[in-house]
Amino acid sequence: MTDIIGVATTRHAYVLFVLLSAIGLYMMIANKNLVKKIIGLNMFQTGIFLFFITSAYRIGGSVPIVEPGAGPYVSPLPQVIVLTAIVVGISLTAVGLALTIRLYTEYGTLRADALREVIGDE
Amino acid sequence: MSDALLPLLIAIPLLAAIFPLLLGLRFDRAGWPVAMATSLIVAGLAGRLAWAVSPASSGPQQFVHDLAGYPAPYGIELVGDGLSAILVVLISVVAVAVLISARTTGPDSNAFYSGLLLLTGGLLGMALTGDLFNLFVFLEIVGLVSYALIASSDDGRAAYGALKYLFLGTTGASLYLIGVGYALVATGTLNMGDMATELAAVGYSDPLVQAAFGFMLIGFMLKIAIFPLHTWQPDAYTYAPDTVSAFISALVSTTAAYALIRIAYDVFTVEFFAANPLITDAVLLVASISIVVGSLLALLQTDLKRVFAYSSVAQFGMILAAIGLQSETALFGAIIHLVGHGLMKATLFMGAGVLSSAYGAQTVADYAGLAKRAPITSGMMAVAGLALVGIPPSVGTLGKWFIALGAVEEGSWGVAAVIFISTLLTLTYIGRLLEALYFTQPAATDDDTGVAGDADGGSIVADGGDTEGSTAGDGITAIATERIVVVVVLAISTVALFGAADPLAAMLDPVFGRFFQ
Repeated sequence: MTDIIGVATTRHAYVLFVLLSAIGLYMMIANKNLVKKIIGLNMFQTGIFLFFITSAYRIGGSVPIVEPGAGPYVSPLPQVIVLTAIVVGISLTAVGLALTIRLYTEYGTLRADALREVIGDE
Repeated sequence: MSDALLPLLIAIPLLAAIFPLLLGLRFDRAGWPVAMATSLIVAGLAGRLAWAVSPASSGPQQFVHDLAGYPAPYGIELVGDGLSAILVVLISVVAVAVLISARTTGPDSNAFYSGLLLLTGGLLGMALTGDLFNLFVFLEIVGLVSYALIASSDDGRAAYGALKYLFLGTTGASLYLIGVGYALVATGTLNMGDMATELAAVGYSDPLVQAAFGFMLIGFMLKIAIFPLHTWQPDAYTYAPDTVSAFISALVSTTAAYALIRIAYDVFTVEFFAANPLITDAVLLVASISIVVGSLLALLQTDLKRVFAYSSVAQFGMILAAIGLQSETALFGAIIHLVGHGLMKATLFMGAGVLSSAYGAQTVADYAGLAKRAPITSGMMAVAGLALVGIPPSVGTLGKWFIALGAVEEGSWGVAAVIFISTLLTLTYIGRLLEALYFTQPAATDDDTGVAGDADGGSIVADGGDTEGSTAGDGITAIATERIVVVVVLAISTVALFGAADPLAAMLDPVFGRFFQ
């Protein structure tokens, strides 16, 4: 029990990563609305970004610009990764929304179950 | 000098992808020539790379290029060895083949050709990168372009299939990213070669390392479409335009499976499997289920493209099983099967594309009696289909033989039995197609389509050489000769590669020497 409390208080950013990702994933699966599914997907990815940023953090670390006498530094690598992953995420959201718009103009609905019925997906 | 090959192979198609759109502002039909020229250059470079790393040449057997001159553990590294060279050649050959048949089938927009080039560049990037995060970026480039290309069909259902693929594909890539994150936390590096040594230092039974591999494995299983994570695949393959189905089915899952092989054997190595028998057993179990269920589902489908899609689920189950077997023989079989499956599926989807645009055939029943009217295309589909079953002499035989042999060598009789059962099931669903093509009379006068009945005069128009661009009446559209030629060449290649076991083995020898020290 104390272990769980210890994790929750000292590793709360990791707990937040798990919660945020899980909620996003659940929203993507369970929500019927396509736009909300995309929001869920974004949340799932944001959780992962949070994990990377957290893993780079270091108490008392300074910005990773090397100067004589400075340091320790926080790790710049995960931040670069997240920057790239955000760009990827935005492109995905754009493609997802474009497809949603196309489905809406074609079938007049944003509900996944209604679409499945119209299209006859098993 | 020759290590500039690797960045050029990736950069040329990615940069050239701008030009179909840019030139499209002035010229309506700029897309195809640009895409074709680029693909031919890429194919030339791919051949050059394959020659350079092959044992026949005196050069080094592995090329390494540090992007932007940053040295290895810090910068991104591109690595070309025998294994990636095989994939690069496959990608460039299929790209050229698809482009040849795309000239007359379309979707004829410049954006489509830009997409095709981006996809080629992304796939080549996946095949050549030596960096785990860079692999994620290329995985997402491939994913994004695939979604867009699948949705480029006029059919609204294609957008639905693409959106479904987007949700599942992104989830897969994100799970892989979590795995990369865990591995980064455990080792502090992203370079594949560097990580292999670091992981050995951390220890293979470390929970963080196990979790990292677990996330990467599940992510790739989603991308490869292993049962039960395959649900995006049938819709995506069925509703996509024929050209896109052929390209994606031949290459996208194939390259993802290649990346999984790379990660499993180059980064985590066989010792990781040896230290974690539970993970190995889980991989073999999931793979076996995928083989059987994929084959059974393929048997139940009526739409031909769906049959082929589910068949891919089974074939990639076989490749995953070979990855889990940790046997040199089985892994060799898996790599041959990757190449062979790509070529066979490209042949089958292109053949189906020819027959469906000529006769409007969609379901297996629609193919009744088409062998009389389109003998060449039907014959080539039969050749590729029988190759998929594993009838010798064909590349399908080689792949299955070595995977099964590896399973027997390792004492995994279950996997060997599953491969045998799946071969029988494959014979059944390919048999249904052959029965329809060769032994079934077409349904008498079908008023809706005008396909059957009175079209005897133009009966072999689909295979005719001199009727390009004209319509032969009765709803039968003439097919450009080059589409037939491509199908023939691809089908012959699936047979010809039966003799390629020795050269491929020689090419993979240094790679396997590293994998199985």
